[in-house]
Amino acid sequence: MARTTTQTRKARSTGKRSGQAKGAANSARTAKVKTKARIEKPKESREQLLGFYESMLLIRRFEEKAGQLYGQGEIAGFCHLYIGQEAVVVGMQANIEARDSVLTSYRDHGHMLSCGTDPKGVMAELTGRRGGTSRGKGGSMHLFSKEKNFYGGHGIVAAGVPIGNGLGFAHRYRGDGGVSLTYYGDGAANQGQVFESFNMAALWKLPVIFIIENNQYGMGTSVSRASASPDFFRRGEPFGIPGHKVDGMDVLAVREAGAAAVAYCRAGKGPQILQMETYRYRGHSMSDPARYRTRDEVQKVREERDPIDHLSNLLFEHDLASAGDLKKIDDGVKKRVTEAAEFAVADAEPDPSELYTDVLAEA
Amino acid sequence: MAVRVLMPALSPTMTEGKLAKWLKREGEVVRSGDLLAEIETDKATMEIEATDEGILGRILVAEGTENVAVNAPIAVLLEDGEDASAVEAIINQGPAPVPAPAPPAAAEAKAAAPRPAAPAAAVSGDVDPAFYGNTKSITVREALGEAMAEEMRRDPDVFLMGEEVAEYQGAYKVSQGLLEEFGPLRVVDTPITEQGFTGLGIGAAFGGLKPIVEFMTFNFSMQAMDQIINSAAKTRYMSGGQMTCPVVFRGANGAAARVGAQHSQCYASWFAHIPGLKVVAPFAADDAKGLLKAAIRDPNPIIFLEHEILYGRRDDVPVDPEFVVPIGKARVVRGGSDVTIVAFSRMVELALQAAEQLAGEGIDAEVIDLRTLRPLDRETIAASVAKTNRIVAVEEGWPYAGINAEIAAVIMEASFDDLDAPLHRVSAADVPLPYAANLEALALPKVEDVVAGVRAVTYRD
Repeated sequence: MARTTTQTRKARSTGKRSGQAKGAANSARTAKVKTKARIEKPKESREQLLGFYESMLLIRRFEEKAGQLYGQGEIAGFCHLYIGQEAVVVGMQANIEARDSVLTSYRDHGHMLSCGTDPKGVMAELTGRRGGTSRGKGGSMHLFSKEKNFYGGHGIVAAGVPIGNGLGFAHRYRGDGGVSLTYYGDGAANQGQVFESFNMAALWKLPVIFIIENNQYGMGTSVSRASASPDFFRRGEPFGIPGHKVDGMDVLAVREAGAAAVAYCRAGKGPQILQMETYRYRGHSMSDPARYRTRDEVQKVREERDPIDHLSNLLFEHDLASAGDLKKIDDGVKKRVTEAAEFAVADAEPDPSELYTDVLAEA
Repeated sequence: MAVRVLMPALSPTMTEGKLAKWLKREGEVVRSGDLLAEIETDKATMEIEATDEGILGRILVAEGTENVAVNAPIAVLLEDGEDASAVEAIINQGPAPVPAPAPPAAAEAKAAAPRPAAPAAAVSGDVDPAFYGNTKSITVREALGEAMAEEMRRDPDVFLMGEEVAEYQGAYKVSQGLLEEFGPLRVVDTPITEQGFTGLGIGAAFGGLKPIVEFMTFNFSMQAMDQIINSAAKTRYMSGGQMTCPVVFRGANGAAARVGAQHSQCYASWFAHIPGLKVVAPFAADDAKGLLKAAIRDPNPIIFLEHEILYGRRDDVPVDPEFVVPIGKARVVRGGSDVTIVAFSRMVELALQAAEQLAGEGIDAEVIDLRTLRPLDRETIAASVAKTNRIVAVEEGWPYAGINAEIAAVIMEASFDDLDAPLHRVSAADVPLPYAANLEALALPKVEDVVAGVRAVTYRD
């Protein structure tokens, strides 16, 4: 299923893309980039590809800004950045419709944004302000959007998985054709409730896609030190759940695998497992010194597999976009993120009366 | 020598059953291990095997007989050569030998169960009589089953899931008949996988359904504690009110009889500790039905604590399908002026029995069935104490940080000036529940403990 090609080539973007915004990904772009990328022309339309580019860039710039605000003390507590993993959520979300459900763990900013939520509300939730999506009462790990069918935002490792299963159960119960996208990490993959969920999903043919974002580390423990087998996609085999391993750094590979999985679930054939091979550039959370891996390891992924560079190279390769086109997108994204940050810092804290609201629903 | 065959107890709490069918006829040879008869209880139908050998000399209890007490002689086995005179001889020998001391809890249940609409269940002034149009006498078990069936008829989003709820008809037969009426999509047998199906139920609730999740007993809910607290109770708050989790977790809570420490715990105070949950623990059958219906209609996660020993209890229950008992209201089940006894679930039975006994001593006790443990009906407790100036709090669980401790705090805050004596707690012994019959009886609260508590707060010792 993985669509990574073995060709290594030099990106032709270096010259064309000078003058764009400075950021973490830029070092990879302005250097001699060796991105392992497909060379065949994408099936997706130009508009769709530019949409992917914009969505991934929005997540990256948002997360970079969140990192800065954390450093300034505007964001506190636990804050887990999604930088490096953008292709997973953007590629998957491209396949779903309004009736479908999405749920993930605590590394949830990218998922919330990809569901179409206004970055202002998301950033204000991170700063704990009244304009936040949970009115400041959830925080970074507990983002929700009922309106967009995004069901969180779950802080206990793997606890979201049975809940995603339940969302799939509700779709099947109603017969509404909806699918539950249930994201979790390689760390969560070893929890017992994941296997309990596999069993019931297969038993009852629930429309659930279990998406394992294998970013290689569960906090500071590498997959090889935590998992007897790194083949998470095969863990459904005893239950008869088909699984695929996907290059999670290639948004088009993700989109294609996701499309097949969504079609499979919608057809009532039961659950699927997608193992997304990805990488987080930053620490587990903001307080992670990341001594369990080398700088070189991180740098190598950034240079060779960065999902955003990968897509921009592809756009240039097939003359689907000019540097000017991307610059326009970059500027738009930067503006939105800046506005979100300004709002999130300027907005007031919740009114003290909010302390006792939302504990129970009105009976 | 002729031997008597006794009515067996098929479960730890069984006190009587129906002799449904004889599988041997009088005069037939019976070998050890042969199937003798079919016994039906309100929980199950089971075949009994012969443990002695001989000829089935006489059947003492005809098939189809209901309410045959455990340990009652049901047949006589004869040895070769013995005749009818041996049958007469052994029947006239007197009462059946009791093979082992009856479990005390079961014995209490036996005393309580056959009493139809005892004073215990008498409708008291604080219940709107309008609710009580026509009533019928049903068990707590039937009341709970009816509540679920009525709510499932009323709302297609309501469904039941849990271990053995469908084809087996419920481990305690609470869900009997539901599969037949509603089908397997809405009455779902789950694998034994508490954490997984609890989380699934919560997810289904977020997705707009109204699951009733049955724990065979609440002991097994410990496997799913994280899901109940972190996912069900907290998500509404964490989402700023966006998410709603209309789920009912229900099942047997507390000590049954002789099932040992891991299957005999009261979880009331565990769940009552958690903001975002409501905790309900009914005693009488009418409350069981009305409160379960309220719980199913409530948009919040509800912990609904039942009691195995109460499942067979009978009360007059309104037949109106709109009979709903509000969550959060206690019920004065016996009016009195000298002392307040608060209790919930099975302990209400003890409190009523104690009150009866105390009346003989000239002490007029008021008994309050808390019914809901979170939110607690502070007003009803405080109003009673304002009148009686004394209070005994009874719970089946452990004393440390228990519901009684919360009652004590409430009394300190609201009724300090009304008290003529310190609050007295009656709780389980602060030990894991022992198996041995005598130790188990010592560990659980008894009527005498409540009586002694009342004497203490009324200075009658």
